[in-house]
Parts: sequence; C-alpha cells; structure tokens
Amino acid sequence: MSPTLNLAIGGALIAAVAVAAVVLGTTERPPMDSIQRGYRGLAMSEIYNPRLLNETIADNKVPLSIPPLGNGGPKASAVYKNVQVLGDESVGNFTRLMASITNWVSPVQGCAYCHDVNNMAADTVYTKVVSRRMLQMVRHINADWKTHVAETGVTCYTCHRGQPVPAAIWFNNPGPLQAGGFAQIPAGKNHPTPVANNSSLPLDPFTPFLEHDENIRIEAEQALPGTDRQSIKQTDWTYSLMIHFSQSLGVNCTYCHNTRQFANWSESTPQRVTAWYGIRMVRDLNVSYLDPLQSAFPAGRLGPEGDSPKVNCATCHEGVYKPLFGVSMAKDFPELTTTH
Amino acid sequence: MAEYQNVFTRVQVRGPTHMGPPLPRGSWNRLGTPIYSRLLGIFGDAQIGPIYLGLSGMASLVFGFIAIEIIGLNMWASVDWDPIQFVRQLPWLALEPPPPAYGLTLFPPLAQGGWWLMAGFFLTASILLWWVRMYRRATALGLGTHTAWAFASAIWLYLVLGFIRPILMGCWCEAVPFGIFPHLDWTAAFSIRYGNLFYNPFHMLSIAFLYGSAVLFAMHGATVLATSRFGGEREVEQIVDRGTAGERAALFWRWTMGFNATFESIHRWGWWFAVLVTLTGGVGILLTGTVVDNWYLWGVKHGIAPMYPHVFGTVVDPSTLGGAK
Repeated sequence: MSPTLNLAIGGALIAAVAVAAVVLGTTERPPMDSIQRGYRGLAMSEIYNPRLLNETIADNKVPLSIPPLGNGGPKASAVYKNVQVLGDESVGNFTRLMASITNWVSPVQGCAYCHDVNNMAADTVYTKVVSRRMLQMVRHINADWKTHVAETGVTCYTCHRGQPVPAAIWFNNPGPLQAGGFAQIPAGKNHPTPVANNSSLPLDPFTPFLEHDENIRIEAEQALPGTDRQSIKQTDWTYSLMIHFSQSLGVNCTYCHNTRQFANWSESTPQRVTAWYGIRMVRDLNVSYLDPLQSAFPAGRLGPEGDSPKVNCATCHEGVYKPLFGVSMAKDFPELTTTH
Repeated sequence: MAEYQNVFTRVQVRGPTHMGPPLPRGSWNRLGTPIYSRLLGIFGDAQIGPIYLGLSGMASLVFGFIAIEIIGLNMWASVDWDPIQFVRQLPWLALEPPPPAYGLTLFPPLAQGGWWLMAGFFLTASILLWWVRMYRRATALGLGTHTAWAFASAIWLYLVLGFIRPILMGCWCEAVPFGIFPHLDWTAAFSIRYGNLFYNPFHMLSIAFLYGSAVLFAMHGATVLATSRFGGEREVEQIVDRGTAGERAALFWRWTMGFNATFESIHRWGWWFAVLVTLTGGVGILLTGTVVDNWYLWGVKHGIAPMYPHVFGTVVDPSTLGGAK
C-alpha cells in the first residue's frame, strides 16, 4: 500500500474512533420504554431508559417515618422556651418532628447543626433561624399551594434528602468573567450552561422568571401581526426556562405541551396547569422566604452576587415528574400542613 | 485491468499539467505551480492549482478575514482572552446582534451590537464579492453563469435572514447571531416565537425542494455510474447524440416509474430544485413576523392544521381564572 493510502486509512480510523466516542459517550443505548400519553400520531410520549430507572427509583425512596407519639400531654411552648412556630404542638409531636428534621436535614451533624446544645432555646446558630423560616415555608406550601402540591404536600426531606443544603439550589448568575472594554457586553448566554442541558441558551433563566415576574409568554395569540412585541432574543430565555423544567422533571416537552403549538392551552395536558401554579409557587417562595433570609446566612452560604440560595423546579423534583414519585410524607406529619 | 465503473474507483485520472486557457488582457496571473496529490485524486482531480484570485477574489478574502476577526475576537473576549476556554467553548460562543432597544440604529455602541453590524457588513461584502468573482470566472471561461445564479439564491436567503427581514421588522435584534450553536438555537427560537414554522407553506416548499434535491442527486449520480460501462459518464455527448447508455438509462426510469428525464433535462431538474430550496425558504422567512405572526394559527384559519381529540379533557389557561397570583 502507498504511504498516502496508509495515511488516509489511518485518518479515517482516528475519525471513526472520535465519532464513536462522541456517539457512545453522549447517548444511551436502545431499547427505551416509551409511554404514549397524547392522541395517536402526535408523538406525545415519555421516553424512559429502563436500565437507569431502577437507580432513579432507589434514589427517590422515601425514608420510614417515626411513628406518631399521640397528641396528649402539655404543649411544646409550655415545656420549652422560644418555640415560635410549633408551640401549639404536643411535646410528643414536637420531639418527633425535631428528630425527623435531624434525620431529613442533618443526619450526620445531628441536633448541633442548628442548636447550641448547652442552650437549645438560643437562636445563636444561624441555621436555627433559617430552619424556623423553612418550617413556616413548608406549612405555607402545604396549606396555600395545593394547586401545585395537591394533597401530597412536602416535608423537609422533599428537598433536603439527608443533606443540610439541598442538591439543586441556584444563585443570581451574571455569567462567566468577560474581557469588557470595547468587546461585546455579556448577553447572559452563549456559554455551555448545565441549567439548559449544556446548550448555549441563557445561563440564568431563574432570576427573570422564578425571582422576578418577567413575561414568559412569547408566542402571538393571533395569526396576523400587530399584537405581539416579543423578540426572538426573549424567546431564548423562555426556551431556557422550559429546558430546565424538562430536565428537572425528567420528561419531554410533550409532558405538558402539544408541541405543534406550545402556547395552546386546550391542546396541552393538565400537567401544564400544575406547572403554571408551580412557577408562581417557586416565585413566591423565593421572594417571600428565601430572599429575606439573605441577612441570616453567613457570607459563605451566599452566591457570588451576595444573594440567598434559592429554589427552582429541580430542588424538589430531582429529575422525577413527581418528587419522590408522588409518595406523600406530609400525610404522616399533619403539623407541617395545619397552620394553627 | 482496472475498470472505471464502480462506486469506489481505483482509477485515478491524471493528465499532463493543465494551466487553463489564456486569460483576457488586464487579468491578474493565475497563482502557484500545480502539484499532484494522490489522496485528493481519490475524490477529484489530482492536480492542485493554479488558482486565480483576481481583484474581486482578493477583496473578498480580505473582507471575509476582517469579518472572521471581528467575530472571533469578540468570542475570545467573552471568555476573558482565555485561549483554552476559547477552544473548549468555541461551538457555544457568539457575537450577538444589538438588543431590541436599538431598533435599526446604524451605529449602536460597539459593545451593544455595533461589532455585529460591522461583522455583518464585512461578511456580506465578502460574499457579494465572491459572487462577482464566480460570475466573472464563468464568463472568462466562456461558460454560462448558472453557478453564480444558484449561489445568488443562497445569498438571497442569507440576506433575508440578516438584512432584509430585520429591516422590515424594524429591529436588528431579529437577525441571527454569529455562532455555531447560538445560530441553531436562534432557528429553534424563531420557529417557537412565530408559532411553528412547519405550518409555513414556503417552509414546506423549501423542505420539499431540499429533500427532492437529495433524491434527484442520488438518482442522477446512480444513473450515470450505472451506465458508465456504456459511456454514460460522457454526459454532454449523450445529450447531443444519445447512445445506448442514455437509451438504457431512459428505459430504466420509464420502466420503474413510468417517466424519465432526459440526459439534458435532468440537470435543469437538479439546478432548479437546488435553487428553489433557498428561494422559497427566503420567501418563507421574509413573510414570518412581517405578514404572519403565528403560522399555526394561520394554518388553522386556512384549514391546513387538523384538529385532534382532546384526550386530556378540558384544559384551561389558569391565568384566565383569576385565582393565583
């Protein structure tokens, strides 16, 4: 064989290995399970990899609840000092909830993660101040956001999963450092962004939509021009937010939309309504509960812009269409729902 | 003996070095002493060079270089001049058109789309100069100008996307960013914003011509290769003096699908299909946002969007219920 032919074959082999590495490294092998949801012919189906599903199910197993201790006995506020939120609970229920919170949030660090163990009533540890507000937040979600969490409700475990800090939190993100000067200003996009499936879409769709109240709807509601001033650039931001939804829930666009017309509600699924309330709920939690905690957190817990850690869809959902596959833990803890 | 009749040929046609016909007076010289490459000969002509650049070719290269520099340096600045990140993130990086607030301002700040307008000017100048070069090289060789006009069809789509439509929309912000992934995201966002481009009849035509071009190219390529054992690859000869290759090719298609193009007309089929891809595509883009704001709703209005049963029951926009905040 001639040297050029050798070279050509060698080059082709290297290219083939590179292509194979990209294909095998970024894709999952078939077969997949597909579940048809919409009317036939619309490709409204969910795709699951049965080989990864067991792992996801194991990751989302609900821990056993400590058995209830009965409602008798004195109230917590009569026995303990400085019980601001759970004072109306019986001592038994109160103790059970405290032990459960330790299991859910700081199983390794124990009570001392939030309490000064020499004076449990003191508010000296910042985490105690934060967790008090978080208890109020959980009650608020379970009582006032049934449009999103229904009767399933949430507990500390829904987000914390045995970690003091939930895995999926976010901060205001202006994007990576740029040279500045005469060069173009940052556009908030055009870098690989994990929140939008490593696309070049906007890298922080959360600040405008899940903290501020920017307009998400970009499609025209009539056939001819004249009513819709939304630009393609704005569409990129909505697009990025929607990819976050898809990734957080482990579902396709078609879980909520008939994608031939994203805007159309009558052809959408009921899950889109739930998601719509979810956006409002997350916005409410970020604005009313997490942003105000900014002063309570030490600097090390704040984002690069000095803002509070905040929640998005992934914080609870963790890649599953219903957090913990829809198993209700809140039903075992009525004190996390009722606001006395 | 080696035969020149298979999909993968082992024959490499290599004639004496050919410098081309004499150039008209006032032309630049052709550059470079020709060399031979066996590897490239596998794919095409083994003779590399000479090349004729001329005034329009040189100007096109210079303008194109300036455009690439503006785009590339802005991309590099967006990773704070980090060479490693520049290479790693290159497919994600982009130079963006001005924000909507600047409308059609001719000289927005450099950092706010000014660079994009400059890059667009130089790239457009470069492409148009390359068109001039293509036209003039064809006439210099005594050829028809079919290639230049086919290229003009592609330029039409490019101009609609980045120049004509943004002007009609009153905003440079409607144009495409310069970037590998970002321009693809732009394409998807464009379709989403304007209610699904699949319901745009000119998009349908463009796709039909695009896929049609591929089918025609495959059919014609296969026909010529299959008849080359009878001299089918000497197409021009078969056009004016049809021999057994052309007869068999015609019979083959007439028997398999009842109709056959001719050795001459198949090239018009191919040329028109290819030209119409970008011609109709450009019309479709031009109408989007200017004449139609939501293609799906336009399709419903004109009876081209079928209705399906609502298997999920009645789903109502919760923002119309007034309940939640």
